[in-house]
Amino acid sequence: MKLLVCISKTPDTTSKIAFTEGNTKFDENGVQWIINPYDEWYALVRAIEMKEQDPAVTIHLVTVGEADAEPIIRKALALGGDEAIRINIQSNDSFVVASQIAAIAKEGAYDLILTGKETIDYNSACIGSMLSGLLDLPYVSLANQMTLNGNTASVKREIEGGEETCEVTLPAIVSCQKGMAEQRIPNMRGIMAARTKPLKVVEPIAVQATTSIKNYDLPPAKSGVKLVAADNVEELVRLLKEEAKAF
Amino acid sequence: MVLIYIDQADQQIKKSSLEAISYGAALAKQLGVSAEGILLGTVTDDLAGLGKYGLQKLHQVADANLNHFDAKVFTQVLTEAAKAANASVLVFAHNLNGKAIAPAVAVKLHAGIVTGANSLPDTSNGFTVTKTVFSGKAFAQINIDTPVKVISINQNCFGVHTQEGSCAVEALSITIPAASIKVTATHKVEGEIPLTEANLVVSGGRGLKGPENWGIIEDLAKVLGAATACSRPVSDSDWRPHHEHVGQTGVQVAPNLYIAVGISGAIQHLAGVNRSKTIVVINKDPEAPFFKAADYGIVGDAFEVLPALTAAIQKSKA
Ligand SMILES: Cc1cc2nc3c(=O)[nH]c(=O)nc-3n(C[C@H](O)[C@H](O)[C@H](O)COP(=O)(O)OP(=O)(O)OC[C@H]3O[C@@H](n4cnc5c(N)ncnc54)[C@H](O)[C@@H]3O)c2cc1C
Repeated sequence: MKLLVCISKTPDTTSKIAFTEGNTKFDENGVQWIINPYDEWYALVRAIEMKEQDPAVTIHLVTVGEADAEPIIRKALALGGDEAIRINIQSNDSFVVASQIAAIAKEGAYDLILTGKETIDYNSACIGSMLSGLLDLPYVSLANQMTLNGNTASVKREIEGGEETCEVTLPAIVSCQKGMAEQRIPNMRGIMAARTKPLKVVEPIAVQATTSIKNYDLPPAKSGVKLVAADNVEELVRLLKEEAKAF
Repeated sequence: MVLIYIDQADQQIKKSSLEAISYGAALAKQLGVSAEGILLGTVTDDLAGLGKYGLQKLHQVADANLNHFDAKVFTQVLTEAAKAANASVLVFAHNLNGKAIAPAVAVKLHAGIVTGANSLPDTSNGFTVTKTVFSGKAFAQINIDTPVKVISINQNCFGVHTQEGSCAVEALSITIPAASIKVTATHKVEGEIPLTEANLVVSGGRGLKGPENWGIIEDLAKVLGAATACSRPVSDSDWRPHHEHVGQTGVQVAPNLYIAVGISGAIQHLAGVNRSKTIVVINKDPEAPFFKAADYGIVGDAFEVLPALTAAIQKSKA
């Protein structure tokens, strides 16, 4: 059983978001980078749990990024996983990123490809779906539980107003969210082991980007809170109805 | 032509798809082309009536096998439908199913895609779509540089707009590929409003002290007809189910009204709610950071303010 876990580098959740070069570039000054939480807490940790249950499972990690993504991929290896692949290109175009991963996936003949439900920077939720299109594989999105049984996976996924459980024959792609696994912290042994785990750097395949970022904007600041006295809730109801037209 | 994907569950068209039709119709008008829809499976809704949201023609693949969502199958059927109809722009709701298939369809059509769009594209010079990035902390304007384009729109960003009109329904025959998944169980939370579809949300945090105190949140939600939500520590402690957790690592919501009770307003929480049109904060600490992101606020004890607010709303509705 071969698993491929897609790992993305994102700014820490508390990062101040700012832009440079006439609002065309994200300002990386002082930004702390983390593994995208959905990739780490849910996709990667669930893969590690499966390996703990079945030693025949091997886990490969893949990231699309330049050398500055290496601390993140080493941290992911410290949590678990056998080896990592870094595809040496930085791109904001989901199609370019997915195409790179698809090329690796084709070569590796993986049984299961896991992604986080989205990244917390571009929030595009594109990679898993694009991989399914590029590789013609079944795709179960927004999964919060998954168990393997031979060559099928039983996956619980979120639907509007509830959940549904489905069975999918491998190979398949699953995007992961809360519920899948619990957050872990790498231990010393894992951190030491990660230093010597293979991290292969491969050059990207040539693909044409389909989108380009023109510029960024920050949302307009709120004009300030209107406070209402705690013993005057009728006034709040009036404001919500008449001023905000909220209900 | 603008082709709008109409998403259904339990043979009912989702509200988010009515919004996608309104958006697609406005975009079609802007581009001077027709607004057409594609529906997979069979529904109980009045299809000709979709004209009142601006739809001119509906293509329906009326095969009951399509009443269950299957990402791979839907991707293939939609790709064929889009090619047959010669669509230049495809519009999806950025809902759970839209997230699963819109990017795959884009890949199949060699189309660039922007997911989570907030407004109509700027087509004055190219095709530029604005979307939220950094979990609502910023916007990006993204050019789609391919001849065919795919957009999925954030829920509640455009609204459902009605007009006079009726739409023609045409059967579309496409060979349905074999199912790629088998649904073995479905669990719907009865009587609850799904959080992502809700116009009004009442949300509770650690300030409520424990799950036994959620009655006051539920009572307020009930008089408003609102969905309930919570902060991450609340669901992590199993006071509330996981699907109620909003924020950067939970559900992102954008209702007309978000009432936050006993929630401090940490940056990760705000990232999931800051697209709400109106935010009300009820917190006993006047220094709580949430007040900076709020439109209205009450500094006070939730256990006193909430029952009074519930009663006042009830009275105002009577
Ligand atoms: C990587 C990462 C991701 C995260 N993602 C999320 C996320 O997605 N969503 C999320 O919510 N959090 C997230 N968090 C956690 C976040 O940082 C905060 O810890 C969390 O939001 C705090 O929850 P809270 O406001 O309910 O609790 P607290 O911060 O403990 O706040 C409780 C509030 O209740 C008020 N209060 C107390 N008693 C009363 C009373 N009687 N009446 C009225 N008010 C009262 C207090 O004044 C206080 O402001 C994340 C954290 C990290 C590190």
